[in-house]
Amino acid sequence: MATQTSAASSDFIKNLGRMYGTYTGSFVAFIILLAIFEQVGVPNRVLGYLFVGFTILVYAVIGVMTRTAQISEYYVAGRRVPAFYNGMATGADWMSAASFVGMAGTLFLLGYDGLTWVLGWTGGYVLVSILIGPYLRKFGAYTVPDFMSFRFGGNLARGIAVIVLVCCSFTYVTAQVYGTGIIASRFLGMPFEIAVFAGLAGILLCSMLGGMRAVTWTQIAQYIVLIIAYLTPIVILSTKHYGIPIPELTYGRAIAEITLREQQLLQTGLTTAAALKPHIQPFINYSPFNFFAIMFCMMVGTASLPHILMRYFTTPTVREARQSVAWSLFFIFLLYFSAPAYAAFSKLEVYTNIIGRDLTQVRPWLFQWGELGLIQICGKNAVNIDAIVAACKAVAGHPGVVRLQDFVINTDVIVLSTPEIAGLPYVISGLVAAGGLAAALSTADGLLLAIANALSHDVYYKMLDPNAPTIRRLTVARVLLFFVAVAAAATAATKPGDILAMVGWAFSLAMAGNFPALVMGIWWKRTTAAGAVAGMIAGFGLCLFYLLVTRYFPGYGVKYFGMSSLYSAATGAPLVADMAKAMAAPNAMEIWPTLAHPLANKVGWFDLNNIACGLLGVPVGFATIIIVSLLGKEPSREMQAYVDEIRKPRGRTVLEEKT
Amino acid sequence: MAQSSSSRDEAHWQATTRLMFTHLGVWVFFGYIIHMFVKPLNNIIIPILEFPLGFYMAAQGSLIVFVVMLFMFAKQQDRIDRQFGVAEDD
Repeated sequence: MATQTSAASSDFIKNLGRMYGTYTGSFVAFIILLAIFEQVGVPNRVLGYLFVGFTILVYAVIGVMTRTAQISEYYVAGRRVPAFYNGMATGADWMSAASFVGMAGTLFLLGYDGLTWVLGWTGGYVLVSILIGPYLRKFGAYTVPDFMSFRFGGNLARGIAVIVLVCCSFTYVTAQVYGTGIIASRFLGMPFEIAVFAGLAGILLCSMLGGMRAVTWTQIAQYIVLIIAYLTPIVILSTKHYGIPIPELTYGRAIAEITLREQQLLQTGLTTAAALKPHIQPFINYSPFNFFAIMFCMMVGTASLPHILMRYFTTPTVREARQSVAWSLFFIFLLYFSAPAYAAFSKLEVYTNIIGRDLTQVRPWLFQWGELGLIQICGKNAVNIDAIVAACKAVAGHPGVVRLQDFVINTDVIVLSTPEIAGLPYVISGLVAAGGLAAALSTADGLLLAIANALSHDVYYKMLDPNAPTIRRLTVARVLLFFVAVAAAATAATKPGDILAMVGWAFSLAMAGNFPALVMGIWWKRTTAAGAVAGMIAGFGLCLFYLLVTRYFPGYGVKYFGMSSLYSAATGAPLVADMAKAMAAPNAMEIWPTLAHPLANKVGWFDLNNIACGLLGVPVGFATIIIVSLLGKEPSREMQAYVDEIRKPRGRTVLEEKT
Repeated sequence: MAQSSSSRDEAHWQATTRLMFTHLGVWVFFGYIIHMFVKPLNNIIIPILEFPLGFYMAAQGSLIVFVVMLFMFAKQQDRIDRQFGVAEDD
């Protein structure tokens, strides 16, 4: 690289603090400006458009400014991203629409059991740092399949790794594009299908011209927006209720009040023991086995997801890669340890100001969500007081006050409605929308780039045309990025029913396919190419088989593969009460059924939820690698020397790419 | 250092492996084992904050441990790398 550009870039790195400091200051000023607009009477809709439009414009400007025509800039941001900033970018890469909007809602509904997701989505970074990430950085790959191919004898291993990568990343990115569509349609009133493609345009503007380099610097900007947006409403709420602006400390009192109120509800007949799920009581939604199985799969999955691992390829040194994992988890932690506070404050509000109130006295904030069909009372959308009174009259023996079992809330509402519950001005709601959008866009960017890079670098350049000139490689990368993005948006626009489960599946598939091969490739020199290839196929294959059979071919699972009904965590009763009868029904052997099918997602082995299918794949993967490796000849002396090189931070990277 | 470079590398890898298993152990304890005792722990209420301890460990305690241990790991591994002369130049 010419000395000129590296001098200019070191100036750029030095100025990062000032640049992002100014950016954060301007963003806060922008919020204040919009708050003033609101006071002088600018309509809410316009404020929403200003918020979303302005933030997307900023991301696009960063994306265009950081465009590049250099291969190493395009794939690994020139390996110059400092640990702290890479941590922030990873935080945005990691936290998706599901984390931002869905997590608090899940905790609201599941109480303690929801914490399996909080733990599972943070603890995995320990594995990234101690087992995998820094070693891949030393290796010097552009993509995860690069490592598999080098260590495990060429294009077969590379091809399998590409399949694993595309399977897990594509399901995941579809969910993100779906998330952008939901947020845009809810706050801007666009039709969902148009919103999906509008979100897509935003994603492409950020990543198309600059690849990893552009995605890195926009993700940092997106992290700043999303974390301000997430924390502002609950900090204000906590200050209002308890006088201390640290919700993570004060929500303990909210939980104590919830527990007290739960007892009251039972005593006054506002709920039944069967309908009430006490907030702090563990293992009533997931059995202890599934609670720990899901947590384990999310943790190990984290350490296997290519779009996360590739973020650590961008740091200047191995040392900084390790520090960067720590910073990543710190920035992720800021959001995840606040999510239970959202859940607790919302639950307290619902239990005190909705449940037990006379139907005519219900607080009006919920009607806006009722209109969207997200809150129901007595089985009908809670549109206004007359509607809920009429709906409850139809229920036999209804006492005229809202009972717990009358009230149904969509999980997305928890975060989105908190500003209104707290009685905050609309500008805060707009801020939350911008934050949710930033979360969805940043994750989608990272995932799309991971897929497009695997296809352009691994499949096109390494497997099909190793002599392709730089310009053609970059053009292919951009064209592929575009087509993958359009495919994801087209899939999301059909609103597939399994969209939320798909995110969980992505983790299990990634862990079953990648984790044993990555860990053994680094930690056990004796691992042979044949062993690793067999292990990846066996682990990934078993996981995929379990997923497909339990979800889409449940009748066949019971008939041919010895599967039986899963059990309810609350009561211990089987989910399919009479298996013989269910199997005799005419639809028992239906394939690709909807979720309403009496067997879909309700059968399996060992009472294992299919989200945690990686738990089957990983041990099989490890065992296969060990057995097949020991049966074959030891890897060459040369290869073992390379493994030694990967283990030492000092020295050149093992893989030297020509740029 | 008097040692040959390959035996020094071996000692470096041994120290690295030991550190890895130590952190893996802490991870298993705070990721899994402590949450198996959530029911008895919930009987303990943290004073002033009023959190039941079992709930608190899953919602915050373990997460704080993970963050702290990652910063410690980065430091400790770097110390090992320097001790055996395989660290990158500053």
